[in-house]
Amino acid sequence: MTITEIRSQFPILDTRVYGKPLVYLDNAATAQRPQSVISCWKELVEGANANIHRAVHHLAAQATYAYEGARDRVKTFINAPAREEIVFTSGATASINLVAASYGQRFVNQGDEIIVTVCEHHSNIVPWQLLCERKGAVLKVLDVDDAGQLNPESLRKILTSHAKLVAITHISNVLGVVNPVKQLVAVCHEAGVPVLVDGSQGVVHEKVDVQDLDCDFYAFSGHKIYAATGTGVLYGKRKWLEAMPPYMGGGEMIETVRFSGTTYAPLPMKFEAGTQNFNAVPTLVPALDFAESARESQEVQAEQKAILDYVFAQMTQDSRIVLYGTSREAKIPLFSFAVKGVHHEDLALILDKMGIAVRSGQMCAEPLMDYLGVTGLLRASFSPYNTFEEAKYFIASLQKAIEMLL
Amino acid sequence: MTLEEKKQEIIEEFSLYDEWLDKYEYLIELGKSLEAFPEEKKTEDRLIKGCQSRVWLDAEERDGMLFFTADSDAIITKGIISLLISVYSGRTREEIAGDDFGFVAEIGLKENLSPTRANGLVSMIDTIKKLAENGR
Repeated sequence: MTITEIRSQFPILDTRVYGKPLVYLDNAATAQRPQSVISCWKELVEGANANIHRAVHHLAAQATYAYEGARDRVKTFINAPAREEIVFTSGATASINLVAASYGQRFVNQGDEIIVTVCEHHSNIVPWQLLCERKGAVLKVLDVDDAGQLNPESLRKILTSHAKLVAITHISNVLGVVNPVKQLVAVCHEAGVPVLVDGSQGVVHEKVDVQDLDCDFYAFSGHKIYAATGTGVLYGKRKWLEAMPPYMGGGEMIETVRFSGTTYAPLPMKFEAGTQNFNAVPTLVPALDFAESARESQEVQAEQKAILDYVFAQMTQDSRIVLYGTSREAKIPLFSFAVKGVHHEDLALILDKMGIAVRSGQMCAEPLMDYLGVTGLLRASFSPYNTFEEAKYFIASLQKAIEMLL
Repeated sequence: MTLEEKKQEIIEEFSLYDEWLDKYEYLIELGKSLEAFPEEKKTEDRLIKGCQSRVWLDAEERDGMLFFTADSDAIITKGIISLLISVYSGRTREEIAGDDFGFVAEIGLKENLSPTRANGLVSMIDTIKKLAENGR
């Protein structure tokens, strides 16, 4: 599959902004959708809209097949041992909150420790802070090394017998560096501590095999991997999901309801209370199909590597630019940077007028901004539909914008 | 120059530039040429809420007229506040409080800023109005 063929699958990429071709480099915030996803979404609304699982009529069966088919697709995509270990949520944030609430309720007590890292998204910090407040537990923070990577040995040093869970990101949405998740998990397991991995960025860029990583939980959002918004996944090892109490009550999550007491549905339904996002969840199927084909495409691999090499070199050679997350061998084409003497928002505003969509600000990672000693950064994040030409246009535009502002 | 004349002047100035990049260039120049704002005035109470970048605004009354000074850590924002100040500094409280600030929409500033930045613009206008109505 060539990049041109890939681009033709994404109608939005033909958009012109202020008369200029759109260069969409905010993929880490949300990815664009291929036509296959848009069509799937539309077909479900137009032709198979019915509430899933319960009713016996034809439309309900169609909707249920589509929804449960998505579960099978996710299972194979991340190589989960069983489909019951795939729980659908509204996004990675909901997945992490589910674990913080349910695992926390059962397994975390006063004086226990939860470990997060300094490069987490707020969604992998605040749920744990809330848990710690509720339970009187302690939140501990693991730092990153100078190149922006988490170090298994540093993690080993802060793990104590009080630790009840470690929550780490596969790839920070700011630093764009792949963390050695397998080794980090191994360190935790030696100490008998389970690990939740925030895979929001990781699942987009890396081939994820949850059995190989051996993580206890893996969370990600659909919208960052080309699926409809409001879709998300929580993979959890069966032993934990079985032992955890339900998160929310109501709808599909019950077996029998009596005022004398209610019993719960088996996995994964136990964690899918209320009406599910059945028009959107099945879009995970074409979305993950696309993600897989893009990842396996040699053209895409070559283009992404060329973009990474070029932008990395340009940013590290330019003395006006400070790039964060410089671990070269673990870097993905996601670049957060500051320009000395220039406010990130000014740059974003000018780049916007040049047709380039980048992210500016704190990127939902205020603790990391404090750690790096900045008030905000600019981020350009590339996707398989981005071209080397776009990368060159971005760098040229960035240089022009810097000159305007300095 | 009356308030109306000044507003008209700015509308004409902006209409000279077809491209938004050129308008930004003009705002950047305005921002760079803004009179220095003393560091000790960069206090919490002079900070305008609702902007992504930090903007400080101060007003002093002399001979029945208000004179504004301002600063921002982002240069385009600084240009925008500088533009507003150039229009409203040296006017009476009544004149400022009674104005509809419609020229801001006329030069296309509002729709050409990101929603977050546009909110900042609204906050800047509200603060100027409040200072005119209540004083500090």
